[in-house]
Amino acid sequence: MKSDSKFLSAPYTVWMTVFIVLPMLLVGYFAFTDKSGSFTLENILSVGQYSNVFLRSIWLGAVATVVSLGLGYPLAYIIAKMNARRQNVIVMLVMLPMWMNFLLRTYAWMTLLEDNGLINSVLGALGLPRIHMINTAGAVVLGMVYNYIPYMVLPLYSVLTKIDKSVIEAAQDLGANSREVFLKVVVPMSMPGVISGVTMVFVPAVSTFIISKMLGGGGNLLIGDLIDMQFLGSAYNPNLGSAVSLVLMVIILICMGIMNQFDDGEAAGGGMLL
Amino acid sequence: MSLRLHLKKVMLLTGSVAIKAARFLCQSFQAVYGSAKYYTVLCGRQSDKNRVGLCVNNTDTQLIFANEQSQYAVIGCCACTRSRKRVHMTDNTGKQKIPSLLIRVRHATAKEKHSLKNTIISLKDITVSYDGEQVLGGFNLKIHDGEFVTLLGPSGCGKTTALRTIAGFIKPDAGDVFFYDKNITSLPPHKREVNTIFQKYALFPHLNVYNNIAFGMRLKGCSEKKIKETVHRMLAMVDMTGYAHRGIGQLSGGQQQRVAIARALANEPKVLLLDEPLGALDLKLRKDMQAEMKKIQQQTGITFVFVTHDQEEALSMSDTVVVMDKGMIQQIGTPTDIYNEPENAFVADFIGESNILDGMMLEDYSVKFAGHIFHCLDGGFGSNTPVDVVIRPEDIKVVEPESSLITGEVTAVTFKGVHYEIIVDVAGFKWMIQSTECRETGDRIGLSLTPNDIHVMAKSEYSGTFGDYSTFSDEMGEDKNASSEALAEEEGSADEV
Repeated sequence: MKSDSKFLSAPYTVWMTVFIVLPMLLVGYFAFTDKSGSFTLENILSVGQYSNVFLRSIWLGAVATVVSLGLGYPLAYIIAKMNARRQNVIVMLVMLPMWMNFLLRTYAWMTLLEDNGLINSVLGALGLPRIHMINTAGAVVLGMVYNYIPYMVLPLYSVLTKIDKSVIEAAQDLGANSREVFLKVVVPMSMPGVISGVTMVFVPAVSTFIISKMLGGGGNLLIGDLIDMQFLGSAYNPNLGSAVSLVLMVIILICMGIMNQFDDGEAAGGGMLL
Repeated sequence: MSLRLHLKKVMLLTGSVAIKAARFLCQSFQAVYGSAKYYTVLCGRQSDKNRVGLCVNNTDTQLIFANEQSQYAVIGCCACTRSRKRVHMTDNTGKQKIPSLLIRVRHATAKEKHSLKNTIISLKDITVSYDGEQVLGGFNLKIHDGEFVTLLGPSGCGKTTALRTIAGFIKPDAGDVFFYDKNITSLPPHKREVNTIFQKYALFPHLNVYNNIAFGMRLKGCSEKKIKETVHRMLAMVDMTGYAHRGIGQLSGGQQQRVAIARALANEPKVLLLDEPLGALDLKLRKDMQAEMKKIQQQTGITFVFVTHDQEEALSMSDTVVVMDKGMIQQIGTPTDIYNEPENAFVADFIGESNILDGMMLEDYSVKFAGHIFHCLDGGFGSNTPVDVVIRPEDIKVVEPESSLITGEVTAVTFKGVHYEIIVDVAGFKWMIQSTECRETGDRIGLSLTPNDIHVMAKSEYSGTFGDYSTFSDEMGEDKNASSEALAEEEGSADEV
């Protein structure tokens, strides 16, 4: 039996080794070597000079995550309360933009937000003052929220629909009004969904490079852009790029660790949810 | 100021004076017989139709069978027992003299206790439909304070719907729900003084045992000290001391059930609603929990409304059983009444095993069935009226064929532990008999009945539709309904006859 399962899992093992483990090892190797291939800590140490880029990335990622949560939670809650047919329709609508290419969607936002774009044209036609939107941090956050909010809504929706109706009724029965039911039962029980939603929005938001490049202009350089520049851009330096990637991974792991800690604290004693 | 009434001297008290006198009597008796919960004070001769009935209980004094407008003849009672008590009375001004009486007290009968109790919940003409299908139609039910009421019926009979209507989770299409005298039909569940124990317990998975039980009290804003005290008292009551800080996922089904009970009772509800709470437990545990529930109900005096499809559970736990089918009440009564005097074929069949036969009521106390005329104890059906006759399998005595009107051939014998279940073919009709004596298949036996064993019921829509052993064929197992299936499950043996 055991050898059977080993045999069957071989393709996956090979896949994971070649496309996940190996690249990770390569990133580690490049991060700690210089161009000639000898060991050095210089790359890691020089990441420090980009701390403002890191901070901006984390800040914008966090803002985008909070906004996504703020918009996504009520949406998921409303969907979960609908009847099954409407649920399916709305969930499909939430996912619909994901059927379109990521780049196209971001391009679309570019044309909307430009100084001479659609929004400003409409504002101008209405006699309202034009607003400078493109190439601002706000535009970057908008792009992140727009692109990643389905990843917030879907896990929340799936957790919220799984909450047993009788548990809600039990809370009402014990004297909880609808606000108390929400705060004391629904929210704590949906924490696993919040955690995975936050993870799935925060991680790609922090490491994005297309959104900031297209909507943020030059002034909103993010870690993703930095890494992009090291590998594909003018400042070709894969060793530094690997070092930045490595530091980013560590930072994200720490953030996730903190988040999971928070989840464990909430579910103390229970925790049989997922 | 007091006067003494001469024994046997008749006097008349009217209206409010009579009631004042009655109250005074009650108070006096409370002082003397305070330890007992209910007494009936009879003023007047036993034969006197206009006598005043008084009930005394520890907290309240109530007049039963009486109203303020009527006149009462209050006569010194002649009974001379040790409960006879001389009472001195004045009215409340102290001026009007009310003669003292010699009166007799006795313990209140079950019926009197029943009428004394307040109606805590009443459902009036409740109609509930799901997707155009009527689940309850014009449903009426009164539940008394402190009663253990069981709603019993097969699945889909509307018993859970009735319960959820009381809890407030279902708003009826028509009709009203009353809590004491207050109409609570449109009151949301969280404002009702009732708590529910759900079929699947519905404990909060994100909270531990302590916080589950404390949930309701926290919402009410109780102090942590009181909460702690109550939670530990509740845990002790359900025998779960030491489990306060366990997670819900670490508990077994029976333990979760106990926590659910503790959580509901911690809220000090006036009425506890239980929606098949023992359904998910195994037989042994279920028996234990039945006893436990009954004990808790008696300890706390809280009104229990219990929903089940298990007739044995209903009979062993309840004060009152409400047998339901098709959204209607088929019979309300004590477990004994329900079992011994089923009102129609449905009840007879659903509760326990029955032989239901077609019969003809020739005249009062005389019924013809199975080709013979039998003496019975029922009357009032008129002459030559078609009826259903119910004979419980355990009431039938097996005798020698020579000495019996009904004789038949044994076609199947099943050992059931305490007794044997014997199927007897009597001229093509198969009777079920439960007997401690074993008979062999093929034996010719006689069946003996006493008038007491014959229960006559009016024909109803259920006549001839249920597990009628008199028309029994070989497909015994298929003919059985929910109740006997449940029973078969419990006994761990399907009927392979």
